[in-house]
Amino acid sequence: MELPTQTFRVTRADLVRYAGASGDFNPIHWSDRIATKVGLPGVIAHGMFTMALVGRAVTAWAGAPDAVVEYGVRFTRPVVVPDDEEGTEIVVTAVVREVTEDGLTRLDVTATCLGEKVLSQARATVRTAA
Amino acid sequence: MPLDHSFVGRSYPPTAPYQVGREKIREFATAIGATDPAHHDPEAARALGHPDVVAPPTFPVVLTMAASRQLIEDPALGVDYSRVVHGDQRFAYTRPVVAGDELVCVNTVEDITSRGGHEFLTTRTDVRTTAGEPVVAVWSKIVVRGEA
Repeated sequence: MELPTQTFRVTRADLVRYAGASGDFNPIHWSDRIATKVGLPGVIAHGMFTMALVGRAVTAWAGAPDAVVEYGVRFTRPVVVPDDEEGTEIVVTAVVREVTEDGLTRLDVTATCLGEKVLSQARATVRTAA
Repeated sequence: MPLDHSFVGRSYPPTAPYQVGREKIREFATAIGATDPAHHDPEAARALGHPDVVAPPTFPVVLTMAASRQLIEDPALGVDYSRVVHGDQRFAYTRPVVAGDELVCVNTVEDITSRGGHEFLTTRTDVRTTAGEPVVAVWSKIVVRGEA
């Protein structure tokens, strides 16, 4: 079963807010100068910010903010966030891989940016609402 | 400088307790756009059976990233942080983190491998309350890129 697609807009302001809230002040997430110096095309989103947005999609699908039992991803491609009003967009889809007898649902999640996968092996297990 | 592979299996002493604040959870939830009332309103969280506001699933990284400095800054392990890329991240929850939790992290080096000139360091961080109740186990794999 395929779950409804969810999209998340990401701007530079979001990265600044996430840096402050998470304590991850790595300059590749706010300085084009430093990002390009280490070979990136420009400022990229924190991998953990992308993972947090995908986590929002997972809890929305589960229908409960406390339903996630296990959640893992591999970061495969950076999410480049241009310095403009639009920023970029992350599109999240998922399929139900398994529903267990003890009330757990396993999801295979796909997250893309500009048509390219930014995560692989993204999987979540959620407690199915009783 | 290569990582010291003899660190596999080694655990570090528990970190200093981290007091999970209600406002910190609200701030983190707001930063990721998580608007569910259970992240913001203690009453909504209590209605779900939690003592206070519930943290979003990736919130534990606030603690574990700070805790990982124990390893990153251990000169004997030999991580060159300027060459580090985040590879994998995984959480296995016993229960969600809630405001009022007092949490400690225990870091263990689970695996070190080398491939294609790069090194891969997998750490497991057991997050538990100061009373010893397990809350969440967090795995993080970082890639230390080799000299080109």
